[in-house]
Amino acid sequence: MNSFFARKFVIQGIFIAVALILLTRIFYIQVISDKYLLSANNNVLRKVLIYPARGIILDRYEKILVQNEPVYDLMVIPKEVKPFDTTTFCKLVGIDLEGFHKRFKKAKNYSPYKASVFEKQLSATTYATFQERLYEFKGFFVQNRTVRRYPDSTAAQFLGYIGEVSEKAIENSNGFYRQGDYFGISGVEKSYEELLRGQRGVQNLMVDALNRPKGHFADGKYDTLAVSGERLISSLDKELQKLGEQLMNNKIGSVVAIEPSTGEILSFISSPGYDPNLMVGRERGNNYMKLLNQPSKPMFIRPIQAEYPPGSIFKVINALVAQQFGQINPQTTYYCPGGYRYGRSGFMACTHVHGSVNLISSIEESCNTYYGYTYNLMIDKAGMRPVNAFKKWRNAVSRFGVGDRLNIDLPNEKKGLLPSADLYTKRWGSDKWGSGFNISLSIGQGELGITPLQMANVMAIVANRGFYFKPHLIQAIGEKKVIKAEYTKRNDAGIDPKYFEVVIQGMSQVVNSPSGTAIYSKINGIEMCGKTGTVQNPHGEDHSVFVAFAPRNNPKIAIAVIVENAGFGSTWSAPIASLMVEKYLTRSISRPKAYIDRLLDANLLPGESSLKQKPGSKLKPDSNLKKAQRLKLAISAFKKTGKND
Amino acid sequence: MIKQRSPFFNVDWIVVITFLTLCIIGWFNIHAAVYDPEKPSIFNLDTNYGKQLIFIVSAFILGLVILLLDSKFFNTFSPVFYGITLLLLILVLIVGRNVGGNQAWIPIGSFRLQPSEFAKFSSCLLLARYLSSVNIKIQDLRTQSVCAIILLIPMSLIMMQPDTGSALTFTSLVFVLYREGLSGYFLIITAILIALFVLSLLLSKVFLIFGLILIAGLLIYNNKKNRSFITTVIYGFVISVVFIFCVDFAYKNILQSHQRNRIDVLLGIVQDLKGEGYNVNQSKIAIGSGGMWGRGYLQGTQTKYDFVPEQSTDFIFCTIGEEWGFAGSFVVIGLYLFLLLRIVNIAERQRSSFSRIYGYGVASILFFHFFINIGMTVGLAPVIGIPLPFISYGGSSLWSFTILLFILLKLDSNRMGII
Repeated sequence: MNSFFARKFVIQGIFIAVALILLTRIFYIQVISDKYLLSANNNVLRKVLIYPARGIILDRYEKILVQNEPVYDLMVIPKEVKPFDTTTFCKLVGIDLEGFHKRFKKAKNYSPYKASVFEKQLSATTYATFQERLYEFKGFFVQNRTVRRYPDSTAAQFLGYIGEVSEKAIENSNGFYRQGDYFGISGVEKSYEELLRGQRGVQNLMVDALNRPKGHFADGKYDTLAVSGERLISSLDKELQKLGEQLMNNKIGSVVAIEPSTGEILSFISSPGYDPNLMVGRERGNNYMKLLNQPSKPMFIRPIQAEYPPGSIFKVINALVAQQFGQINPQTTYYCPGGYRYGRSGFMACTHVHGSVNLISSIEESCNTYYGYTYNLMIDKAGMRPVNAFKKWRNAVSRFGVGDRLNIDLPNEKKGLLPSADLYTKRWGSDKWGSGFNISLSIGQGELGITPLQMANVMAIVANRGFYFKPHLIQAIGEKKVIKAEYTKRNDAGIDPKYFEVVIQGMSQVVNSPSGTAIYSKINGIEMCGKTGTVQNPHGEDHSVFVAFAPRNNPKIAIAVIVENAGFGSTWSAPIASLMVEKYLTRSISRPKAYIDRLLDANLLPGESSLKQKPGSKLKPDSNLKKAQRLKLAISAFKKTGKND
Repeated sequence: MIKQRSPFFNVDWIVVITFLTLCIIGWFNIHAAVYDPEKPSIFNLDTNYGKQLIFIVSAFILGLVILLLDSKFFNTFSPVFYGITLLLLILVLIVGRNVGGNQAWIPIGSFRLQPSEFAKFSSCLLLARYLSSVNIKIQDLRTQSVCAIILLIPMSLIMMQPDTGSALTFTSLVFVLYREGLSGYFLIITAILIALFVLSLLLSKVFLIFGLILIAGLLIYNNKKNRSFITTVIYGFVISVVFIFCVDFAYKNILQSHQRNRIDVLLGIVQDLKGEGYNVNQSKIAIGSGGMWGRGYLQGTQTKYDFVPEQSTDFIFCTIGEEWGFAGSFVVIGLYLFLLLRIVNIAERQRSSFSRIYGYGVASILFFHFFINIGMTVGLAPVIGIPLPFISYGGSSLWSFTILLFILLKLDSNRMGII
């Protein structure tokens, strides 16, 4: 001990102080701040996403409509790239030097250390040649992905297409989508996106300081497997769809066929269509722009987006509604002098002078006069003010699924138009108007807009004698046969079944009676009931409309065909419908080749006036053809696939 | 005739147990730091942890051997140890192997000897011998100069390797001089200079000088009547300003760029998480991720997957922090503090000033390593590569710390005798 003993405490004090400083600091970074823990997890954890296969879509007989096909994305990690022969590289990949530098710069700007897509979707052949020489190009590698493939190039508008997610979709998805993901943009791909996309899997890998994987975090406790998208079974009949698309080739219009007992859509044709394979792969962007700019608008989904005044087929609805209202019965007869007079000087012309017409023949011969009187009864002689009678009538019509969306399982369905009483009150400045003010509604003209889907649905109602199921395109999801409850609910059209037979009799005669408007679309052995229509088109040639269902008893198919600018319903639409119906019911076609060729060859696109018919191919009722002429058709498109030989 | 006592009589076993505890903590954490799933056995001699076990056992044997020696031996032969160390330090500059930029190792067979480690205890011994000789007064300028020379020779040789960290260790011996009577102003002035050094790097010179003028003015104003105080303040002010410019010059021209960078990173002047700042940042992440109770033995991801460089040597504390959390850190720091305080107490109970001075030397050196090493892992001290005593991987450092400590224990066991 000496005089400086007390300094021991100074020194020990410093030791204690320093130890406390260290402990405080350590306490701060370990317990108080969580910044370091987060950084530690960032350091070591890598989430690797496992992409699920998108669900495939089958037709009603489980034939493939869309499947997945592997493609190869060329990836690059700029930092790992070593000098190499760019000329060879560009040649192999099929790009030019300028494009190479542009892509490389883009990848480098994204991140020098992370992999980014250098070139998307190499074809299998490019991949094969490139793969052999991949070792020469350090820093590049190929990543396997799948894209959609449509083996039959059919039903484009129905299936829709997928594309890269937009910024907006990423924002709205609550973190589900990431940059570069694909999602459904239109059609079934969009409306069933949540089922089709499946579930991404995540692997939580631990990596070391050099980013080398070192195993699964917590032994994979937090890893999830990718779940493939659901397999969708559509109600579509692929063969029928293909036949319809061929028949509608070079024509503008739609064909919608529905199974009345379920509301399942059997064919969904929008013409002109396009090859869905165009919307896949590297050229998608260009193809899309081309399709978008075509004057015939192939991207327009006509069955649900095109609205037409229905024309004469609307008489079916009026005949039913008027019976339900008790204002006509099968015996109600009017004299047709070639038109219907109303008001002081109003006159609605009829196609012919039909003479004495009853309910059945009014349908068969499509007499305008008859429906002028009928409409007049319903609106002006209903024992109430016409405006209220109109409301009652409108309500009855709307129960046929007209004037509002049917909620088909596709996006962007249009409502159509069923005018309200207010429209006329506003137009005429008072509500003291009567049937004469909108008499054209009696024959389906005027302020009416009905989509082909709605037309087909009306036929389904008639076929069912008074009810319908909402039309839909997907009949089953995955292994469990579930569809939305909405589609299994029976909707009543508000017409007593007993009123249907007389109308159906008329429709049967349209096709099957020698004086019917669609007699040359008669199908041997099948009693098809139909109604022709000609929709007045102020912009050019009238639209040809035909709706039908078959067979008369226990109907299996209801169909609507519209061919724009094609004139009478009986000329183009009815034969197309009859072929479709025969094909669906018998899996084969018994009509002569000339009959089909005429339809296949016709070019009814506006501006290309090839409406002329070859002499000799004049239409004749089917029954008049000799048996020998009924050649079995050999053209491949119509190869028999069904049970009936 | 006094009965022959056991050589282990009077040995401070508490320090020995603390020493062994720290060694074993070190061994387990080295195992965790370099854990190799393919060689999971902690006894595998191909691995660092296997080797460390050999080092620990041999260090302990070495310690026991020291206890068997005569306590006079260390006093008597201290100039010889010092001489040998200096020779080795010169030798290492000629035949040494350069590892990581420092020519600090002499290869002997498969092992490498690091003379700078041994310079610590030999300098300590010589300093103790010199200061404990008769008629030595630390207040004399001559004494101070001799002390400075004893320390500066090995420091300079180590600087030439260049191993700044080890060289700086010798500055800690200022505690010894302080205890022996060096004016307390030395400590205060050292503290002021360190503060000025840091401030001159952080603030612009103009601000700093302006601030100094303000402080000097206030001091003078408050002590208007004390003329000698005023003179001191003015001297102090002038010296400070000169020092600021010297720092600036030294910083820009004398320090090597990596040292400059480390200081910049430490002071937060530059944020360089990929370069110089990487080590410290990763080290902080590793320690910080430990939380209160740690991730558990061998469960640390940061250290196991090599995010922290040099994690079994200089950054071994990261493994402790990550796997044992604040609890483990607390235990380790507590053990060190306990050891340091006990060493000071041991030093104070010596009857011979040689033993006391040597004891303070041991405490100072251990303290410096403890503070700087842990301080650098949590970003409180600059990254200078010095090991954590008894815990860091490495034979030379473990042996030299063991020798350092066990000489004190030997001296202490004989404290009743006269050297």
